[in-house]
Amino acid sequence: MTAAIDDPALSRRSPPKGAALDPVFRYACFAAATALLASLTGVVVALAIGGWPAFAKFGFGFFTSTEWNPVTEQFGALGPIVGTLVSAVLALILSLPIAFGVAVFLVEFCPTLLRRPIGVAVELLAGVPSIVYGMWGLFVFAPFFAMHVQLPLMSAVPEGSIWEKLTQGVPNGANIFTASVILAIMILPYMAAVLRELLMTVPQQLRESGYGMGSTSLEVVMSVSLPYVRRSAVGAVMLGLGRALGETMAVTFIIGNSHNLPKSLFDSGSTIASTIANEFNEATGAMHTSALIALGLVLFMITFVVLALARALLGSETRA
Amino acid sequence: MLKRLIAAACALATISAAASAQATDLTGAGATFPAPVYSKWAETYRAQTGIGLNYQAIGSGGGIKQIKARTVDFGASDKPLKPEDLNAAGLFQFPTVVGGVVPVMNLPGIHAGQIKLTGELLGDIYLGAITKWNDPRLKALNPAVPLPNLPITVVHRSDGSGTSFLFTSYLTMKDPAWASKVGASDSVQWPTGLGGKGNDGVSAFVRQTIGSIGYVEYAYAKQNHMTYALMQTHQGTFVPPDANNFAAAAGHGDWSKAPGFYLLLLDQPGPASWPITGATFILVYKQQSNPEAGAQVLKFFDWAYKNGDPAAEALDYVPLPAPVKGMIRKAWIANVKGPNGQPVYVSR
Repeated sequence: MTAAIDDPALSRRSPPKGAALDPVFRYACFAAATALLASLTGVVVALAIGGWPAFAKFGFGFFTSTEWNPVTEQFGALGPIVGTLVSAVLALILSLPIAFGVAVFLVEFCPTLLRRPIGVAVELLAGVPSIVYGMWGLFVFAPFFAMHVQLPLMSAVPEGSIWEKLTQGVPNGANIFTASVILAIMILPYMAAVLRELLMTVPQQLRESGYGMGSTSLEVVMSVSLPYVRRSAVGAVMLGLGRALGETMAVTFIIGNSHNLPKSLFDSGSTIASTIANEFNEATGAMHTSALIALGLVLFMITFVVLALARALLGSETRA
Repeated sequence: MLKRLIAAACALATISAAASAQATDLTGAGATFPAPVYSKWAETYRAQTGIGLNYQAIGSGGGIKQIKARTVDFGASDKPLKPEDLNAAGLFQFPTVVGGVVPVMNLPGIHAGQIKLTGELLGDIYLGAITKWNDPRLKALNPAVPLPNLPITVVHRSDGSGTSFLFTSYLTMKDPAWASKVGASDSVQWPTGLGGKGNDGVSAFVRQTIGSIGYVEYAYAKQNHMTYALMQTHQGTFVPPDANNFAAAAGHGDWSKAPGFYLLLLDQPGPASWPITGATFILVYKQQSNPEAGAQVLKFFDWAYKNGDPAAEALDYVPLPAPVKGMIRKAWIANVKGPNGQPVYVSR
């Protein structure tokens, strides 16, 4: 290399064509990164500014009141916040065992021939648009649920028991539970895919030694594979939770949209995303708009915390 | 390679700039209720005159916001602005078509037009004061109807809409308990019931839930063959919802006494007037900074008043009565003016 530079004949040649554009390329990438950070900051600032009138007027009561009255301009976010958290957690409880089962099956038991088709099927499930889930939920799942689950349950539970309190509600399938089921179907593919990736990082020798000592598959999975990826598995779960928290259209169609706290599993509720989707377009009062933007900020903060935790937990394993 | 890319981008920019300079399409935004008929009119108008209409059905609230921001030539709203709001914003509004809001229900063995309701009963049902279908007050009004012993499931709109505004305005008018507890707006704090998104959401819930009651635009009730109720008119008769009865309500509307055409066709006099009727409105600026564009907007609606009635009726809307159209044309001359103080459009 040094010989080429010392040679006067060669150093008289013009620099390579790409050299002039290299700083441009570097600055373009830098601009892209800063644009991303700037838009993120812009979103937070815009949400804070837009929601400030609502926070200023209602103070901490905004988070503890369930009254949502556009006519008298009294707004309280407790209903949507509780609905968001309850539906997301329920969705997680419903989908986690299945996602885990899919991942374990694909890693431990699946014959090689079936591995690709099942993997593709799980990914296809991830690709279905959420509004299609909403329509399917409203027109197919809700009536089915009302007819074959809610009505039999409501007539079978003993009077005055805790079960009756849990299952009371209008038998039409538009409630927090069905919304959670739809959400569970939506977050299933993400969690299954990430859990499968994680389980595949478990060293072969560890698993083989487990089998070699006479453990059953269940014992190997629960005592060897899972503890190995425990931290990142929690991260994958939180990723699914983050998706469920922000899901809008699938939930709006089927959750029943009432701002009160749900009194039972089969009662209607609302989530932050569904409230904003329903009301933002027509909200002409300044306080109504501000309350909705404040709700958006709350959702942003909740999702941000969940996703940041997920990144922190996932990052340590998958990078290695 | 980079040079070729830049050259292609410049060429594309100049072509699109040239193309946009030629387009004289009208732009409008607002209510979803009249969107089908505006689209149909726009299609026929473009075929006849070559001028297109770009209408975005973003909701009445969106339409009002957009016209106030001057991003569109006209705004459309199901909820009319009050004269003081119109004057404050410098807007002029006029109605285009009329529609009705219909209470629909789902009861085993009950078919359309069998059940009678009054405004007060409807208000009490929506307040949660009447909870069962065989309530004595409902039975008193419908002695011959086999009302079942089912709980009433109330379905309302979860999103803000002109339909809700009309419906709650009617309930406020007829039921004092509703007026004091809830009030009228396009989005209210519903005391009970579940919310469906859009007219289709409400009709889906009502069709799926036995013992439910909801309210939808007439087109939805008719096209989905839903079980509607007969409502009591101002005179005490019970009428079904259909185009003739909406037209009767529109005909009784005293538009001449309504400044800014602010008139809700609720509970109109006449034996056949459907009590929950309303028009949908167009908003334009009184002072048109671009008189040519303003004239085009009014010319489009004038054409629609002259030629668009069959299309509107085919889509289950009710055209305005002819005297009202004449009133609107006169109002255009008096109110919508260009920078030189002359009316932008005079109908021939």
